[in-house]
Amino acid sequence: MHADAPTRLAPNWQALLAFLAALASLFSALAATPFTATMDGTAALMVAALLVGAAALSNLRLSAALESAILAIGSFGAAWLLLGGLNEAFGTATLGYWLALLAAWLLGWRLVSVLSGDGVKTGTSRLIALIVPAIFGLWILIFWEALTRGAGVPFVLLPPPSAIGLRIAAATDILAADFVQTVVKAVLIGYLIGCLTGFLVAILADRYRFFANGLLPIGNMVSALPMIGIAPIMVIWFGFDWHSKAAVVVVMTFFPMLVNTLAGLAATGHMERDLMRTYGASHWQVLGKLRLPVAMPFIFNALKINSTLALIGAIVAEFFGTPVVGMGFRISTEVGRMNLDMVWAEIALAAIVGSLFYGLLALLERAVTFWHPSYRQ
Amino acid sequence: MSAAASHLTGRFIPVFSILLVILFAWYIGAVALNAPFQHDLEKRTGNVTTGVAFIEKTLSQPKPTMPAPHQVAQALWKGTFGVKPWSRRSLVYHSWVTLSATLLGFAMGTLLGVVIAISIVHVPALDKSFLPWIITSQTIPILAVAPMIIVLLAAIGVTGLLPKALISTYLSFFPVAVGMVKGLRSPDILHLDLMRTYSATAAQTLWKLRIPASVPFFFASIKVAIAASLIGAIVGELPTGAVAGIGSKLLAGSYYSQTIDIFAALIAGSICAILLVTLVDVVGRFTHRQMGGKA
Amino acid sequence: MNIAPHTSASNGSSVPQGSSTQDDASDRKVISTRNLDLTFPTADGSVQALSDITLDIDRGEFVSLIGPSGCGKTTLLRVIADLEKPTGGSIEVNGTTPEGARQDGAYGYVFQQAALFPWRTIEANVALPLEVMGLKAEERARRVRSNLELVNLIGFEKKFPWQLSGGMQQRASIARALAVEPDMLLMDEPFGALDEIVRDHLNEELLKLWATTGKTVVFVTHSIPEAVYLSTRIVVMSPRPGRIHEIIDCDLGADRPLEIRESPQFLKIAHRVRQGLAAGHAPEA
Repeated sequence: MHADAPTRLAPNWQALLAFLAALASLFSALAATPFTATMDGTAALMVAALLVGAAALSNLRLSAALESAILAIGSFGAAWLLLGGLNEAFGTATLGYWLALLAAWLLGWRLVSVLSGDGVKTGTSRLIALIVPAIFGLWILIFWEALTRGAGVPFVLLPPPSAIGLRIAAATDILAADFVQTVVKAVLIGYLIGCLTGFLVAILADRYRFFANGLLPIGNMVSALPMIGIAPIMVIWFGFDWHSKAAVVVVMTFFPMLVNTLAGLAATGHMERDLMRTYGASHWQVLGKLRLPVAMPFIFNALKINSTLALIGAIVAEFFGTPVVGMGFRISTEVGRMNLDMVWAEIALAAIVGSLFYGLLALLERAVTFWHPSYRQ
Repeated sequence: MSAAASHLTGRFIPVFSILLVILFAWYIGAVALNAPFQHDLEKRTGNVTTGVAFIEKTLSQPKPTMPAPHQVAQALWKGTFGVKPWSRRSLVYHSWVTLSATLLGFAMGTLLGVVIAISIVHVPALDKSFLPWIITSQTIPILAVAPMIIVLLAAIGVTGLLPKALISTYLSFFPVAVGMVKGLRSPDILHLDLMRTYSATAAQTLWKLRIPASVPFFFASIKVAIAASLIGAIVGELPTGAVAGIGSKLLAGSYYSQTIDIFAALIAGSICAILLVTLVDVVGRFTHRQMGGKA
Repeated sequence: MNIAPHTSASNGSSVPQGSSTQDDASDRKVISTRNLDLTFPTADGSVQALSDITLDIDRGEFVSLIGPSGCGKTTLLRVIADLEKPTGGSIEVNGTTPEGARQDGAYGYVFQQAALFPWRTIEANVALPLEVMGLKAEERARRVRSNLELVNLIGFEKKFPWQLSGGMQQRASIARALAVEPDMLLMDEPFGALDEIVRDHLNEELLKLWATTGKTVVFVTHSIPEAVYLSTRIVVMSPRPGRIHEIIDCDLGADRPLEIRESPQFLKIAHRVRQGLAAGHAPEA
């Protein structure tokens, strides 16, 4: 009888702490202290009971799938109810509310630990590799929402994610216009010109050792400089519209592409080059058949670095003056008016554009450099 | 000796020649860009010049479209040595304002990045949940958040050095965290097995193996981080119309179309960047030598 | 997921069993495995790396594990060293579990590569395990000196690994393994990456070392002459699944000059090993 007991229990510190926090919040609910001004007693009891139950079950020895399901329901169910309890209850959350939120978060952490294999090496599937960071991101949003609304953080300091979401939905036309101005015109055009010229100059410089030797250190040095500072000059030269921003992007993306292409072209092994020489291949044949393919991972590295640099360049260049449209313009003016929900909406747009841009390049890279060892299983 | 000689011909001479070409092209560009304004001016005043005299005038306008190199050099000289270093007109003063924010932010960001990387390497839950976000954040233009941080912190009464330093912190944090996670995981399996045969604790493995092995990664990532920190500090000076710092010089120059001042500030910023990156490089090389690396 | 409790349970049951049946031989025996199994999960099904390994190794023996790649010889060594957990059967090392033996510092492990830390000098590399054990500085210095003497590396203490040849690096790694003053040496193809001339030389030195220290050596190799030259017993293993095919006694005596490799007795044993390896390869009923 005694021998059986330890095998049924599998205590873990997250679930134990969650259990204690949930119990405390249960007492608080039973003591009829409302969680928030608008959350009724039964809802509070439900949340606390859900958390106590899930935390208790998580301390038992269960299969990973069952435990994950219980934790997901407990953690996110409670979070959902808790966020629902904040309607029209700005800044009225009590201790019981925070304890329940803490318990739900600890269960979320336990869920992530269980899914990550809890230190035991398991073959994590692609799905888990997506779900785990998603849970993390979701909890950031939950905390953000609960803290701003529950604790009554002034709207002008930090708007809750729900308000930002509403703003995104309400201001799609403004966001679309800013997107076209900043991304489609300045970033895309500047990026294409900058990357292309960087690549071509590298190919030409590579033809003559002297130029390559001279350009590589210069390019490396320039890549470390705060090139964004040329923005005011470009505004003076090319005016307030997108042309000046595109010019900034050209300058910012040119050097990383130049340096990486030169490095990539130098990356070919001696044996392979000697092999091509035994065939009597010309410079351009060696370039096309051997050195450019070898340089591709380097070139894609530059394309990826540049995707972020281009967005930064275009947005920051707009801080120096624009027509009344554009993501950087919107950020700087709405910050001045303390319309932070609009600022966050632009930041969300920039984040989405940035990761999509990068993701697209990563897909393209996979297709072009599929042979590279880094893609082998 | 011969290594130094080949370094001279292999690297120094090409770099120097290309820099000369750039300087020459800059003069040509200055003449070409400033000529239209000079033509207009002379047509209006009736004092038409040609040839060398005309070229001289295009290269000595007070507010040129493209300042000539010697004009920028003069402004740089005057801003550095012509005034007292603590004067508002001194580039040394403005550079120092920006540098102090850069260094403070860089130190905080590096420390934070290293601590986070150590936690990620030791806690699987953090590795799976947090690391993907850190990596993704490198693909988004997080610098766009800078104005908001400055204004928000100003709203709750935090002004001066700290807000700019915080922007530098978060810009330098990401590359350090990502680089250090890679570095701390770089020991090969043989070395990890070796530590296991000694029954070394996680802390011993960290100190004796993971951290020494991560040193090259550390220096590679702080080189990126310190350049990013400087950019963060400069951009941090833009939104509130700061009165001091390289960013404020850029902004003031752009208000009044003082291209010479903009270029001088830009070069001051570039010198700061080169100094910082070189410093990191030198310390990195020195450490590499101390740790028995090949010269 | 249940590996930890499972193995501890099986070890717990194996300890009294082993000591009750072989009470008299227990202090001669250093390594004892019974029906050892090890299965690795892989993407396409599981691979049985070790199957039904039963092997006893006595104190002071020099035992070679030989076999083609995939026969589990390295895996067996790693199980003994507690770098790998068996999935079935029992194993006892130095009168305790492999984990206990590892924590006691009962063995020194030598890898195929020297695996010296590039940022440490030779003497600091040899001192590494002693630092982990928490020994005092004087004791560390004494052990570093005596073990570097043993492998003829005096004069190279302050050098970094890359300044030494491959053979010298491997000698330093043997000194490092000996520095913990273990009862046994576990060596995983230690000379496999070296050229033949250096290898001969190091074989000779290893034999001398073994004669002077009297340590138990378990030696993984895929070279027949090396195994015959060094060992008192040769364990011939065969692959898929990794198992023991045959154990061959190698009674060439204590004094073994390199020339012994041309003697008829040596060639006879080598021939038996070769036959064993060939038979292990052939499909068996």
